[in-house]
Amino acid sequence: MSRLQQILLAAIATSSLFAFVFPYAISADGTESTRLFSSVKMLLLVSGFLLVAGGVWRLPSLSTAQRCLLTTVASFVGAIVLLGELGGDSTWLFGGGFFAVMVAAWLLGWLAVEFLTECEPKAGYVQLLWSLAIPLFFGVWLLLLWEISVRALQVPAVLLPAPSDIGARIASSLDVLWVDFNQTFIKSVLSGYVMGCGSGFIVAVLIDRSPFLQRGLLPLANLASALPIVGVAPIMVMWFGFDWQSKAAVVVIMTFFPMLVNTVEGLSASSSMQRDLMHSYGASYWQSLFKLRLPAAMPLMFNALKINSTLALIGAIVAEFFGTPIVGMGFRISTEVGRMNLDMVWAEIAVAAIAGSLFYWAVSLVERWVAHWHPSIRRS
Amino acid sequence: MRPKTDGWLSRVGPVVSVLLALLLFWYVAAMLLNSPFERDQNARNDVENPSGMVWLGAVLNQKRPVLPAPHQVMQELYKTTVQKKITSKRSLIHHSIITLKTTLLGFALGTGLGILLAVAILHNRALERALMPWIIASQTVPILAIAPMIIVVLNAIGVQGLLPKAFISTYLAFFPIVVGMVKGLRAADPLLFDLMRTYNASDWQLFWKLRLPASIPYLTTSMKIAVAIALVGAIVAELPTGAVAGLGARLLAGSYYGQTVQIWSALVMASVLAACLVALLGLIDSWVRKRMGLVT
Amino acid sequence: MSQSPADSPSQANAVAESSDATLAVQTKGLSLTFETADEPVHALSDINLDIAQGEFVSFIGPSGCGKTTLMRVIADLEKPTAGSVLVNGVTPEQARMSRAYGYVFQAAALYPWRNIASNIGLPLEIMGLSAAERRERVAHNMELVELSGFERKFPWQLSGGMQQRASIARALAVEPDLLLMDEPFGALDEIVRDHLNQQILQLWNKTKKTIVFVTHSIPESVYLSTKIVVMSPRPGRIHSIIDCDLPRERDLSIRESPEFLDIARRVREGLRGGHADEA
Repeated sequence: MSRLQQILLAAIATSSLFAFVFPYAISADGTESTRLFSSVKMLLLVSGFLLVAGGVWRLPSLSTAQRCLLTTVASFVGAIVLLGELGGDSTWLFGGGFFAVMVAAWLLGWLAVEFLTECEPKAGYVQLLWSLAIPLFFGVWLLLLWEISVRALQVPAVLLPAPSDIGARIASSLDVLWVDFNQTFIKSVLSGYVMGCGSGFIVAVLIDRSPFLQRGLLPLANLASALPIVGVAPIMVMWFGFDWQSKAAVVVIMTFFPMLVNTVEGLSASSSMQRDLMHSYGASYWQSLFKLRLPAAMPLMFNALKINSTLALIGAIVAEFFGTPIVGMGFRISTEVGRMNLDMVWAEIAVAAIAGSLFYWAVSLVERWVAHWHPSIRRS
Repeated sequence: MRPKTDGWLSRVGPVVSVLLALLLFWYVAAMLLNSPFERDQNARNDVENPSGMVWLGAVLNQKRPVLPAPHQVMQELYKTTVQKKITSKRSLIHHSIITLKTTLLGFALGTGLGILLAVAILHNRALERALMPWIIASQTVPILAIAPMIIVVLNAIGVQGLLPKAFISTYLAFFPIVVGMVKGLRAADPLLFDLMRTYNASDWQLFWKLRLPASIPYLTTSMKIAVAIALVGAIVAELPTGAVAGLGARLLAGSYYGQTVQIWSALVMASVLAACLVALLGLIDSWVRKRMGLVT
Repeated sequence: MSQSPADSPSQANAVAESSDATLAVQTKGLSLTFETADEPVHALSDINLDIAQGEFVSFIGPSGCGKTTLMRVIADLEKPTAGSVLVNGVTPEQARMSRAYGYVFQAAALYPWRNIASNIGLPLEIMGLSAAERRERVAHNMELVELSGFERKFPWQLSGGMQQRASIARALAVEPDLLLMDEPFGALDEIVRDHLNQQILQLWNKTKKTIVFVTHSIPESVYLSTKIVVMSPRPGRIHSIIDCDLPRERDLSIRESPEFLDIARRVREGLRGGHADEA
């Protein structure tokens, strides 16, 4: 048991004990309060926590897998029970006792993640599943914490909606979400990305034969990647109109420079020995370019392509703040913020985050296939 | 036989020529893009289109050009920086300082948070496996897009002024720092780690004497990226709160009122700011590398 | 064993043994000076060397003596600043364009994104050979270096010795008359090195090519060569040329024979002499 795990166990025990000490629920006027003892369900739950914590600590015969299973089950059972408690009478506010139970359940979840990491298999498909399961577990618990805290503290929906509300909103507004997604992602982001990365690549190849142009353009391109390019959005709107073309133009400018810089760098990534080899074969410039320098440039090019995938989405959405017809993710976010419909805003954010992650993941998959030979891809 | 291309002239020369070429291109583009409006105006006022230098002068000095000429932008810059008091609301420097404050605060917080997270990830494997994918995914959440909402929410619970805007910058800046530091804290030669083991160094000593020094070059490189993106965050964060102060606000105001020259001058100022910050950190980066004997 | 008269300490012209065939390599007064920031570096100074077809010539010397530079000049990877060099009777550039030689580097320099078969077929692709012909040559040369069966493997899946063998097969695939090898076995351990030395000799006997070989190792140079060119640095020049008349078919046990040790002694003295020339 590492020191952290021991600390976690101690914290779980302390939290569970606090659950007995502090009041569980307080009436709205503050006069009455209940304790944990009044609910058999909660009593069983907290006793269960203490048992599990004690067992993990004191029973040496438990394998890591068994500890993992115990803590996982305990934490999720706790979460479900807590969620169940939330549906009740809204005149009663939850007190310190309730939150102590929540903290104990969350700490059990953290401990479960620790054990999960310890018994991670070393190779094969199971390892792939495991490497997805751990962050997923973490993410699910984050959502649970969010849901429970927001509902228990009765946080106003205009401030922070609960995940369940957001989920409901997503389900009921699929048509709006799809139209916005189509406008922003498919029209602005994808076209801008392709044009921007494509032109960056082409310019890099064009200036490859001229060291003079390289020395002139590269410092400027490096500088340009640091500049707040989203600022050109109002100018693009003036030039290309309100619709998706201006947003695509912003994306083109944003993705052009990283692609240019990385491709130029990639084209010099081949070792001098490899280039001497080409020279000794009497290969022409184009043969050397296609058979050696471009394949060798792939890892760095994909660096840029991955960075650009997130830049493109951000660029398109922010560009929409500066003017857009009545569709688009950025448009929806800014107007719904004005109307204080934060659940819709979060729904759009969820869609954007999922789209962005999938886009990045797709580019990584292509990278794995194309640059499978590079040590950094092989090792992962 | 090595050609003598290593002098400073050969480094500055191409950049200057490309810049001059861009400047020329800008003037030509301005002339082409502003001409239609000028022609329309003259047609409406029933005036003959002048020719030659008079035409050029008119086209390149419009009040609301489609593409402001470089000298127009320079004039506006001069007007709003040198000719205004720093405390005036019309001074571009005043706005730049506001944006700069947000940027620096966000950058500092982001760097601190990033380093702490990197150290935590290094020492706790579970944290790495559980948290890293979310850190990467966090960058796909378009924080810039939800900046308005965050500002509004934070204002509602009483956090006002610099801090909500700095939060956006922090969120954006911490990512390159975390990625860079996680790499850097592991970057020392395995042989050096073995050496420390033969000295029976504790984890703490290992961190301070080996990992941290070895990670400094990675840190300074990431800081260059982080400061640039913190600036972008600061600018966008200024948009929602009624857009009263800062370079982002000037950009938005210019776009609302169709003041193209104002937009361009704010952009140029923001770019200059970005360039200076990155250059400053670049100098720190090369100084650190020289001191650590990493320059070959 | 007849005594060979050719080890004078000054720069001597080696007499071509078969004067009717074109010399594989012929240099006259070859010099190469690098301009650096500090002061000019005389990498090669007045090299006069003749290499006949079918010889196995080693260049040996300390670092900076110009042996790799000389080979790079022959391969048209560097241009001399003075003097002339002919490869198979034509300029190095013409030789390179007509793929008259194969070059093997110190490291395998295989392209990591290609499997072994397509790595070996790379020069053939550039030459424009058809797929069928490429396949045939690749298979033949992989067999020569005993790498058959590894066609679909990637370079990182092979050991250092196997990678170098693949690199040799790639050089052979072009079917050149001249093979240039720059310390190809330097990074390998001694056992693998011995094995590869034997293989190179067998290849040489089978194919009757001309091989120019740069090495740091005295036993390796004596074991493999028919002629050993001892070079010395600052400026890079030929110190002496030692003929090695051991029988063409050799095995590793010859390294203990008195004739071998005698030639090795002469090479060692040549190397020491080269050092002593430095003021």
